[in-house]
Amino acid sequence: MLGYDVSWAAFNIVEVMSSSKFTYKRIGYLAASQCFHESTDVIMLTTNQIRKDLSSPNQYDTGVALTGLSCFVTPDLARDLANDIMTLMSHTKPYIRKKAVLIMYKVFLKYPESLRPAFPRLKEKLEDPDPGVQSAAVNVICELARRNPKNYLSLAPLFFKLMTSSTNNWVLIKIIKLFGALTPLEPRLGKKLIEPLTNLIHSTSAMSLLYECVNTVIAVLISLSSGMPNHSASIQLCVQKLRILIEDSDQNLKYLGLLAMSKILKTHPKSVQSHKDLILQCLDDKDESIRLRALDLLYGMVSKKNLMEIVKKLMLHVDKAEGTTYRDELLTKIIDICSQSNYQYITNFEWYISILVELTRLEGTRHGHLIASQMLDVAIRVKAIRAFAVAQMATLLDNAHLLTGNTQRNGICEVLYAAAWICGEFSEHLENPMQTLEAMLRPKVATLPGHIQAVYVQNSAKLFATVLKSQEGDTDGTTAQEASQLMIDRLPLFVQSANLEVQERASCILQLVKYIQKLQQKDVEVAEEVCALFAGELNPVAPKAQKKVPVPEGLDLDAWINEPPSESESEDEQPKAIFAKEEPKHSRSRHTEVDEKELARRREARKQEQANNPFYIKASPSSQKVYQETPGVEHIPVVQIDLSVPLKVPGLPMSDQYVKLEEERRQKARAEKKKKEKKKRKEKRSGRGKKHDSGPESEEDIAPAHMVDIVTEEMPENALPSDDDERDPADPHKALDIDLDNLVESAGRRPLADSEKLPVRSHRAVEVQKSPVEDGERENAASQEPKKKSSKEKKEKKKDKDRDRKKSKEEKKKKKHKHEEKEEDLLGDQTDEPVVQSEETSEVAAPPTSTSAEVSDLDFWLSNAPLPSNTQEVATAVASAAEAAPEPGAPSVMAPDSEPDEPKDTEMEEPKSSKHKKKKQKKEKEDKEKKKKKKHHHHHHHSDEGGEESVQNGTVEEEEEPLPPMSNYCLLAENTYIKMMMEDADEVYDIQGNLQDGSQVVVSVIFENKCDSFLKSMEFNVLDSLNSKLQRPEGSGPHDGLVVPFQLPPGVSNEARFVFTVQSIVMPQKLKGTLTFIVKNEDSSTHEKLDFKLHFTCTSYLITTPCYSDAFAKLLESGDLKSSSLRLEGVNMPFHHLLARICFHHHFSVVERIDSCASMYSRSIQGHHVCLLVKTSGQTVSVDAKCDEPTLLGNVLDEIKQTFSQC
Amino acid sequence: MIKAILIFNNHGKPRLSKFYEHYNEDTEQQIIRETFHLVSKRDENVCNFLEGGMLIGGSDYKLIYRHYATLYFVFCVDSSESELGILDLIQVFVETLDKCFENVCELDLIFHVDKVHHILAEMVMGGMVLETNMNEIITQVDTQNKMEKSEAGIAGAPARAVSAVKNMNLPEMPRNINIGDISIKVPNLPSFK
Repeated sequence: MLGYDVSWAAFNIVEVMSSSKFTYKRIGYLAASQCFHESTDVIMLTTNQIRKDLSSPNQYDTGVALTGLSCFVTPDLARDLANDIMTLMSHTKPYIRKKAVLIMYKVFLKYPESLRPAFPRLKEKLEDPDPGVQSAAVNVICELARRNPKNYLSLAPLFFKLMTSSTNNWVLIKIIKLFGALTPLEPRLGKKLIEPLTNLIHSTSAMSLLYECVNTVIAVLISLSSGMPNHSASIQLCVQKLRILIEDSDQNLKYLGLLAMSKILKTHPKSVQSHKDLILQCLDDKDESIRLRALDLLYGMVSKKNLMEIVKKLMLHVDKAEGTTYRDELLTKIIDICSQSNYQYITNFEWYISILVELTRLEGTRHGHLIASQMLDVAIRVKAIRAFAVAQMATLLDNAHLLTGNTQRNGICEVLYAAAWICGEFSEHLENPMQTLEAMLRPKVATLPGHIQAVYVQNSAKLFATVLKSQEGDTDGTTAQEASQLMIDRLPLFVQSANLEVQERASCILQLVKYIQKLQQKDVEVAEEVCALFAGELNPVAPKAQKKVPVPEGLDLDAWINEPPSESESEDEQPKAIFAKEEPKHSRSRHTEVDEKELARRREARKQEQANNPFYIKASPSSQKVYQETPGVEHIPVVQIDLSVPLKVPGLPMSDQYVKLEEERRQKARAEKKKKEKKKRKEKRSGRGKKHDSGPESEEDIAPAHMVDIVTEEMPENALPSDDDERDPADPHKALDIDLDNLVESAGRRPLADSEKLPVRSHRAVEVQKSPVEDGERENAASQEPKKKSSKEKKEKKKDKDRDRKKSKEEKKKKKHKHEEKEEDLLGDQTDEPVVQSEETSEVAAPPTSTSAEVSDLDFWLSNAPLPSNTQEVATAVASAAEAAPEPGAPSVMAPDSEPDEPKDTEMEEPKSSKHKKKKQKKEKEDKEKKKKKKHHHHHHHSDEGGEESVQNGTVEEEEEPLPPMSNYCLLAENTYIKMMMEDADEVYDIQGNLQDGSQVVVSVIFENKCDSFLKSMEFNVLDSLNSKLQRPEGSGPHDGLVVPFQLPPGVSNEARFVFTVQSIVMPQKLKGTLTFIVKNEDSSTHEKLDFKLHFTCTSYLITTPCYSDAFAKLLESGDLKSSSLRLEGVNMPFHHLLARICFHHHFSVVERIDSCASMYSRSIQGHHVCLLVKTSGQTVSVDAKCDEPTLLGNVLDEIKQTFSQC
Repeated sequence: MIKAILIFNNHGKPRLSKFYEHYNEDTEQQIIRETFHLVSKRDENVCNFLEGGMLIGGSDYKLIYRHYATLYFVFCVDSSESELGILDLIQVFVETLDKCFENVCELDLIFHVDKVHHILAEMVMGGMVLETNMNEIITQVDTQNKMEKSEAGIAGAPARAVSAVKNMNLPEMPRNINIGDISIKVPNLPSFK
């Protein structure tokens, strides 16, 4: 923090973070965001604190926690908090929503598994009413899509809509940038985009937006490689706009203009080339970044025709440039420009060589080796140029003193390395080898870096051989003898060199020359043998050749050849990579091969020696090029010569004259051609005639001055093709490459699997509809829909089959609502928005069969087809398309929540009696019926299964009349928005072996949306009493509400379960609670609340437990039970109904029934036995009861009484 | 994504540094130093984009900066951000600071680093742009500041008392209060030995 290490205070920061005061909390989080990172160990202590703050009622607590978390989120935190943040994404306050949406990106990065479950909601946020949230969602999706664009292609229609409707420039820029990333994947998208983008370009006043539009149009044009007729118009528009940007006085715009221009250049170089003047102007700009950009542009603009001209301009700039960095940049650019794509644009290599030679005049450049390697490359690969190159190099060597002025500081002497080598290797082209030999053996050479001296020595030997050979025929061998004398005189200087390489080569050659001299004095012909030393030709080898040599079969490079040597020995081994380039050539004579090998061996030995010698600076083993190493330069005493006079190497041809020459040559060629043309007019080839008269010659016309054959670099046979551009495996974005399409529309494809769900710690939502009966009925209901919607209906039914049968009828209805709305929307759009219209019409044209899949949906969004005339058709097609289009809403959100509950449900039900199961089923059925008819929870109609359901232990006779259906659900509270119904704690179960008789009660509450708005962010809160407490997730306070894990679309109901802990069960309990929720419709969202009272009756603590009559008798006999009795008057119902009621409402089971007398049994969750003896005579029912807990018994009886007084 | 936000003065003294990715302190300092060297060399009338902050990111990243009086505001961003957009954002940031501090100057940034951070947190979160609307930013910052003030309550009382005394206008305070001999006699307490 502030540049100091404060990791020691990490724990204190956590303490401050957990302060209850906002002031301190804010400071704590700020400190944490500044200095926490993934390896901070106290971070794991913060999880609960952050969770608490996230669910804090104060929005700023939440905001501060989100901001802090965004800076130090770790994979663990992301995993633990993903679900909490997900909930916050639908918070009431836009301030929190936008922060939660943004932070999701960080969570995705750290915990990629969360992307799939969170994506539907993220998508939903794209259409959030708050522009800030919308912008945040766009931001996150753009970041995601930038790395893995293909997964987000399906969102294109949505973004397209946003683009045409949004006015927020920030959002627009992001969307347009995103489209830029998407278009390469889907060219059709590009076609759609061009029009609105050009409109934007014309209309917008914001430069930033204009620039991004141009950028994306360029991307589109690049992706549309096949020409569209009106392409050139868009290109022209872009180039024009860019020209305006470049001509602007604002340097920023100029810079960006050039940047965008370079993108156009790649695909449409022609249209940029017309602005060459402008770009060359930019080279004079005082701003370095602009000059560099302009240079980049020039790189792409050159052609055979203008290369010389451009390079000439650049050379002028080289002279003018003051800063070395910029000059170096210019130098590399010149070389890049010339050498690009295998010297494609160079027509005259003599010119290029002279350019290179001119570049050597640069003082203090770092890029001497670059020039040197170019010289070598050209000389080796362009055979025709060798003679010229050698001549130039000889002059260079002659004037070496000019280059070596400040050896220490300047890297230009590297050029001499190339010069010496070229002169030596191609010495047969030398006019005066003797003179060059003399130049190479000057005493001043000893001041050069060691590796250059070594090359000098070696090549002087080559030159010597040439001299001998040329003098062979002569009768007087004076020149030859002079040469050997010269060698013998000068070489001792090198023998004394501090550089071992030089020393060894020199002493070797010295001995050789001495021997030759002896032979010469005996008049023996030696030239032949000496030349044989250097015979053979060197071929260029591709840089990657070594890498591409395939490993022969059966060769394990990792296996030891011998037993692994001891530590000290292995240290001595040096990588052999240095010699990768010097593979012996087949064409070389055996003689030299041995020599080379020998040399290599010795060099190796020397390297080892150097490596072990502390006085040597080790060369980095990775450097491939020998001449890049400069070991031992420091040891050479250098006399510094200050050369302030501009360098001009005398006798060097200036490149300018080549430009003139070239001009002349071309003129001549043109004239000649014209002549020929005239002669051959009749047999003129197709379409070339008039061009020549009009002046400008086309590219192909320019013939190279020399017939150069550019030797391609050698590659080993059967080289393996290898991909070099592998992605970095450590890239965190790789993990986010997740297919999201199926999520959007769950039909048929991979839905969210259980394992993919976010870890949820809260109470569960219950899937209400799951019985098979219901499905059938749903379909029935569906077929009974009004006829006018039949066409729609068909499609929906088809889709239904695909779907997971999760959606209720209500949802369907709601969807229909939506469709209608959408339909209206579209129609509205069509009238006032021409751009949108084109989009919609294409949607309309879609064949209905393809609605099921998201991809095909995108397809017809992208396809352009004629508009059907029938408006009815239009409407239905739109509807179907809209249906297939991603739909924000409950089904996808609800489904994941409810799925895991199913197995648990059945598990819980297993121990219960069969009756209970049936009851459950019945309840569900009632539910469903309720919904179907939109009725409340009281059911007065008879159901067929009623009678069977009451059967217990086989005691109820079958002939008796059916029971009226009963519901355990009672209304909790209701207002215009929502209705809450509680199933009075039907599923009471004991937690085995828990302490202090604490028991848990599960309350199922059905929430039904009664209004036609969307209900969300429901929070369920209960004021705890001493006895009963709502179980809240760890870390939340005693007054925090519980988030209901689903949202309710209009007309839909769903069930949630809440767990309460109860201390004592002998008394009934009443708890006050509130439900808060957001009512959201198209234009507004309001915060609403609903108060309710939860009533825990004593019977709700009873569990239906079957009991056999003998056990029952034993229990009664034991005498531990206190008894109590109850008389009910005026009960007018059959006895079996009465029993069924008691069983159903009070969780008893019938033990035995004899005529109008029955014994019943139940057990409380804390193990109290409750026994009843029910007798009826006429309208009077007497209940005698026994229980080991009198208070409980009294209360249960009261409740029974109440049950019957109600009917 | 924004990778880092740096503010330093004309002499390279950092006034605010916010890295949205972790670097150790040495690297952070080196980044600031290097960025300063890159940025300070540039003339006033050259473009505000710079490539080649090699320490952060690499080729995909750009430095986008603005120079106000004595301060450089530098954002290091990748290619997903619009260059001109970020320049606007810097402008919004500075204007917001100006409104919150009333004529912001370098000293404000020195003495209220936390406040600057809080303002920044309302604009950029975790490297992503959160809000670009100045009014919205100011509203949120103000509300939070108010909360802080109201919270100060009892805890803030001593500080308030001190400042109240300081600001008290006491012209009538007698210059020389003759209180006579009020030397308090300290009783000689027996030592605790």
